[in-house]
Amino acid sequence: MDFNDTEEQALFRAKAKSWLAANAQAKRQGLMAGTQEDRFQQAVNWYHKRYDAGFSCLTWPKEYGGQGLSQMYQVIWNQEVSHYGEPDEYFVIGIGNCGPALMTFASEEQKKTLLPRMARADDIWCQLFSEPGAGSDVAGLSTKAEKSGDEWKINGQKIWTSGAQYSRYGVILTRTDPEVSKYRGLTMFMIDLKQPGVEVKPIKQIDGGSHFNEVFFNDAVIPDNYRLGEVNEGWGAALMVLMNERLANATAAPDGFEDFLNWAKASNVDGVPATQDPIVRDKLATWYTQHAGVEATTFRMITAVSKGGVPGAEGSLGKLVGASMNQDIANFVIQQLDAGGQLTGDESTPLDGHFQSAVLMAAGIRLAGGTDEIMRNIIAEQVLGLPQEPRADKGIPYKDIPSGNTGA
Amino acid sequence: MNFEFSDDQKLIQDQARQFLAEHSPLTATRKVMDGESVYDSNLWKSIVDLGWTATAIDEQYGGLGLGSLELCVIAQELGRSLTPIPFFSTIYIAAEIIQQYGNEQQKQRLLPSIAAGETIVCLASSELAGQHLLEAKQTQYSNGQLSGKKIAVLDGVEADYAIVSATNTNKKHSLYLVNLHQADIQRTLSPSIDSSRPLASIEFIDAAAEPLGAEDAASAILTEAFDRAAVFTSFEQLGGCEASMQMGIDYTKQRFAFGRSVASFQAIKHIFADMYVAIELARSNAYFAAWALSVNDKKLPLAAATARVSAIDAYYFCSKENIEVHGGMGFTWEFDCHLYYKRAQLLSSIIGSSRWWREQLVNRLLDE
Repeated sequence: MDFNDTEEQALFRAKAKSWLAANAQAKRQGLMAGTQEDRFQQAVNWYHKRYDAGFSCLTWPKEYGGQGLSQMYQVIWNQEVSHYGEPDEYFVIGIGNCGPALMTFASEEQKKTLLPRMARADDIWCQLFSEPGAGSDVAGLSTKAEKSGDEWKINGQKIWTSGAQYSRYGVILTRTDPEVSKYRGLTMFMIDLKQPGVEVKPIKQIDGGSHFNEVFFNDAVIPDNYRLGEVNEGWGAALMVLMNERLANATAAPDGFEDFLNWAKASNVDGVPATQDPIVRDKLATWYTQHAGVEATTFRMITAVSKGGVPGAEGSLGKLVGASMNQDIANFVIQQLDAGGQLTGDESTPLDGHFQSAVLMAAGIRLAGGTDEIMRNIIAEQVLGLPQEPRADKGIPYKDIPSGNTGA
Repeated sequence: MNFEFSDDQKLIQDQARQFLAEHSPLTATRKVMDGESVYDSNLWKSIVDLGWTATAIDEQYGGLGLGSLELCVIAQELGRSLTPIPFFSTIYIAAEIIQQYGNEQQKQRLLPSIAAGETIVCLASSELAGQHLLEAKQTQYSNGQLSGKKIAVLDGVEADYAIVSATNTNKKHSLYLVNLHQADIQRTLSPSIDSSRPLASIEFIDAAAEPLGAEDAASAILTEAFDRAAVFTSFEQLGGCEASMQMGIDYTKQRFAFGRSVASFQAIKHIFADMYVAIELARSNAYFAAWALSVNDKKLPLAAATARVSAIDAYYFCSKENIEVHGGMGFTWEFDCHLYYKRAQLLSSIIGSSRWWREQLVNRLLDE
């Protein structure tokens, strides 16, 4: 066991530190963070700067816009950048999920053209998997892709698509054969979203923001050379994408602990410093234990990946623990503030209203990328090898699976 | 960064696991639980022959001079098999205190015989339920003699020596080494939750004693010793967690209800998923603490407290839910679920319970 940086890693850390000190913005939270449009524009500018300085997509090969470094360097970068307030959430899915999908399945020419633009946030990418009738059971999706000549025609609807309103491209999972069982008739493509037949409608969330969207396809067109993987082998390709999502989630998901600690150090409850209050102290112990455990679990995953392993379902753990903790921390702090804690437009709220905003957002984080319950199923079935739930759709052609909306 | 045990350390662990699977069945644990003996002396001899008691003791004192990481992986396997031997008190606590704070003469007298498995040493510090862990109000030392009563002393019935906390005539709180084979000492086995590792009350009546470590250093020494022991203990707890979860999985997979394997019900699977999460958090925290201990990093105090709190919570959760998924059979004496549940109780309290460690954790976190 060894937790220290190698000489090269220490050098990289020092370089990252000094560049960040000169170029990154300090943390601004809650009310102070600005509107969603402001944050998006900030994020684009930040990615341009980062890319030009050689700090984007560190683990990608150089010819695709990366730096050809090991996962360990990405961890060092993540650790250092976490001290600053630069927004990251807009491109995590493109770079974390769509990037690896292209890396595996796209042509050499496509990779050389598209990946550097993705890394610099010149093009934003989104992932078009979930549908109104296929969320946790995403393989039950119904958006059709039909081949005509060298093209595919796309019809159907996607939903919960983060960042679609900003995206030039998406990676989409479609049904290409309804006559076989649901996992066997899927095909994955990339798609140009700036074309007739594609309509993006933002969805208003419980916090008033609109990070995700509905996306409608009416005879939208995809050339066959945008296909990612073989026809009807889209499920395997999608699993690979989701596996990368787990690693991205595991190394990036905020659990709210640092904010809680900062709040506790700076605040009073009932006239005494919060750090001397027994209830607050008990929560500090509970949440620090989980926070430190998730962080160290990430180190273990990275050690495994750096030795050539594949990020497994273990990555589900960070999100399962972190998302709930984030929600509970926000709720707990609000409960220390009495009625004033309900105010969202008041400059006196701690950390610029961060907890008031987080208590709403966290409810969505528990759902995104697989609900808590799906995460538990994944752990139980894929890690612990427990038997699957009996499935009513097993071995049935997709077209005959009951969907609940066919009427009596 | 490399956050994994080395191949050599993993080999030691594999060998320990295989040996214990064969030679330390739960029937051996039950014999002690049923009062046939206070520990399994044959097993003790076997693990001494394997060099486990000598693992972390310096070579100049008859040990193998391996690091604390080797002891961690052995601890995990002892925890998995609930091996009924006085390893905890003698190796994790006493040998560490003597090696760190004993004078040369004490080290030479005790460490080689601990390494050789000939001497069992316990720690006698508790006096009263609820009293502060580091205080010794009722035990007095004066002029080479010690008087007072200690309770809940792990391995106190069979120990040859005790490390005892006491207040001296200068009202200084210090540690003393006491040979327990003398007439002025009364030892009584105390009924306790986990009788597979019996506790004793020990009464000293002007018993001969010698100082161990500096005057007034008891709190500092015990705090550091508990930090070190907490790391080893968290590995024992981790082994116990894994065994509890595996027992529940094996049982519910083969038991059917409503025409299905019980393990296929989501309500049951989610319990196991939660056990897995608790175990992985405890494992990661234990690994980090093990690293900090192995290089004596300044993060050790916080890391040890974190590992300890994490392991206490995980073992309680896994062992209680293992009973739950077994249904009524889990509540019987016949099934082994209670062996782990009871061991989880013992290990949660023996070097300071959750309350004390949570306090330590927060103090250390805020000091960072």
